[in-house]
Amino acid sequence: MNILIVGVGGQGVIMASDILADVALAAGFDAKKSEVHGMSQRGGIVSSHVRYGDKIYSPLIAKGQAEILISFELAEALRWQDYLTPTGQIIVSRIRLVPPVVTMGMAEYPDQAEKHLAGAKPIVMDALAMAAGLGNPRLVNTILLGIASNFMDLPLEKWNETIRNRVKSELADINCHAFAAGRKAETNIPL
Amino acid sequence: MKRILSGNEAIALGAYEHGVIFASAYPGTPSTEVLENLSRYPGVFAEWAPNEKVAMEAAAGASLTGVRALTAFKHVGLNVAADPLMTLTYTGIKGGMVLVNADDPAMHSSQNEQDNRLLAAFAQVPMLEPSNSQEAKDMTGLAFELSEQFDTPAILRMTTRVSHSKSVVEIGARRDMPAPEGFERDLPKYCMLPAFAQKRHPVVLEREEKLKKWAETTEVNHWEKGDASVGIITSGISYNYAKEAMPGASFLKLGLTYPLPEEKIKAFAASVKKLLVVEELEPFIENQVRLMGLTVEGKKFFPRAGELNPGLVAEAFVKAGVLSQKPPAPSFDALGAMPRPPLLCAGCSHRGISFALKKIKALVTGDIGCYSLTALAPLQAVETILCMGASISMAHGMHKARQTAGVKDSRPIFAIIGDSTFFHSGITSLLDAVYNQSAINVIILDNRITGMTGAQHNPGTGETLMGKPAPQADIAAICKALGIKRVRQVDAYNLTECENALREEAAAAEPSILITKRPCMQLLTLDAAKAFAVTEKCIGCGICLRLGCPAIYNGEAISKADAQTIRHRAAIDSNMCAACGMCAQTCPQGAITQPTSAQAC
Repeated sequence: MNILIVGVGGQGVIMASDILADVALAAGFDAKKSEVHGMSQRGGIVSSHVRYGDKIYSPLIAKGQAEILISFELAEALRWQDYLTPTGQIIVSRIRLVPPVVTMGMAEYPDQAEKHLAGAKPIVMDALAMAAGLGNPRLVNTILLGIASNFMDLPLEKWNETIRNRVKSELADINCHAFAAGRKAETNIPL
Repeated sequence: MKRILSGNEAIALGAYEHGVIFASAYPGTPSTEVLENLSRYPGVFAEWAPNEKVAMEAAAGASLTGVRALTAFKHVGLNVAADPLMTLTYTGIKGGMVLVNADDPAMHSSQNEQDNRLLAAFAQVPMLEPSNSQEAKDMTGLAFELSEQFDTPAILRMTTRVSHSKSVVEIGARRDMPAPEGFERDLPKYCMLPAFAQKRHPVVLEREEKLKKWAETTEVNHWEKGDASVGIITSGISYNYAKEAMPGASFLKLGLTYPLPEEKIKAFAASVKKLLVVEELEPFIENQVRLMGLTVEGKKFFPRAGELNPGLVAEAFVKAGVLSQKPPAPSFDALGAMPRPPLLCAGCSHRGISFALKKIKALVTGDIGCYSLTALAPLQAVETILCMGASISMAHGMHKARQTAGVKDSRPIFAIIGDSTFFHSGITSLLDAVYNQSAINVIILDNRITGMTGAQHNPGTGETLMGKPAPQADIAAICKALGIKRVRQVDAYNLTECENALREEAAAAEPSILITKRPCMQLLTLDAAKAFAVTEKCIGCGICLRLGCPAIYNGEAISKADAQTIRHRAAIDSNMCAACGMCAQTCPQGAITQPTSAQAC
């Protein structure tokens, strides 16, 4: 199983991929993940590759091989969708982060980004509004993982255990709650 | 117990389990997390040194005391530390000494992508190359054993994708080490006077022969028998990509990539029809295999620039005629034409001084740190970025060249450098400028932290890597002690003050220092209640956008319908705004303000 998680520096992409890799390990799989730290995290593009299965060699996913693409930002989903398999699933948070190069008129933000998302049924969620509704805008990553969990064969109890282990104890309940909300929300997505 | 660890976390664990006592490093992506993690284990002294040369020499001193010592830094750090390494290879060690050296193929966070395997061969020291985190841990232990067995420093060569990928690692316990004997005098071994050094060079050559023999038998050079039509020699991260593309091929996976096991390679070559080397960057293994008289291919199909990836390796195998099925083309096109370059954080004080530098039309030499990002639009403040400390020395060279050759260029020359880079190698550059009397101006961005690599402590922070209080190096006092008379501090949030100070220093006929003192944004918690906001006075002139602040974006359109270009009011993301107030200072309309409630507190 190959999952590519993308977004912009500071959004929580790496935390989400850490949780996912830990869940896969807890579920008895071999798991690898890869991302780049450093300069790319200053508001730049962030991508984290997560792979799990019986035996994984490459920590990187090849283009065209990701079953799931989770994007924390609309334009970033477009940037990475060549990684999707023909039947791959996109899950996007409906957030537009417009970089200063666009504000300055030196580049353009993709027009009508939602219409250009790959795949038969891209899921576009107002994850930030959902997170704010749950009381903390930083819950976006657990909400997106909740949605994505519907497309993975990882047991629910491992998700909850791992989330509890990974986040600060005072935020454990609310994160598990956000995960459950995301997991449930998927079924309500209009086709 | 198993855990998912990054390669760097696994090295720290391996060093701990294998009894390391002393570790010294300078932060640099992708190596930084080795020491950050190692510093958390009991019984280990771990420190940030001011630069890599110092770190390696400190580790050498610890090693000669008989304890296991580790040093770690990025590839370009070994350029700085090459001096001690090239002679440590002569003296040898006492307690095991390991250099973790992390290359950055593709330059995710570096100024070049030099292949440091060549430096291991140059120094004639053994080099191990892990492919995943478990190997990173195990080879850290093996590197210490090799070091002690062969009386040499050993290199654990990492790359970004091994350092920063995470995979499953078995956690072990720290082993008991014999009590160290302490330093024992051995002048012919440790004092490299010519007469003694002449006797040590043959020792290095003999050692290399012994290491070659060891290379033939070690399990880390692993022969995986498979289809005899193609044999693949590979190492490090490349092994994973090659194994995934051609799982059935014959593999010689090299864990020790210097020196190479010649007999094993010859036997492997004889067992297969076609011999291929899969390696990132230089044809390091390939050239040595060719020198063994074998027919081999590699860089004919694999690029020398950038990093490999699974798709690229599969395509190269197709080109080489060893893989018949072409990897399927992606079904969807990437539609991300818009660039998203990394940026200075909202509220970063480097922005103010860079904005002022651009305004006075200075000629600015840049350095390595977050402020390297000011080379990008819209600030485009610096003209050069070479290596640590070069801003000051290059400014000095420019000044002298201009003066001596009579170059007609009246732009004032400024060098811009951060505190950590100044401590690393800026001080000696400044000494040159003072001693040889250049009227250059040096801006030292003193945020008391090593920012670019994720806020590590440095000699100016007042705290060590292990959280102990430490003296704070006083940059103004250092500059004065070097002989600079004009040393002043400016508030980088005050654009007028910055501009005035720059103009005054530019006019002075002697070297000058401007120090900015604002904390790094990574250390601060933002308060949305203090965020600035744009009022209806905004006419959409766009001047504030020239700061390149990520918190400012185009808000509502305010142009009349018949206008040729649509103007937008600026808007500020209150969750991102750091309330530095620089944008308000740029606004000719006074349209950017802070809530009065926030001003009061």
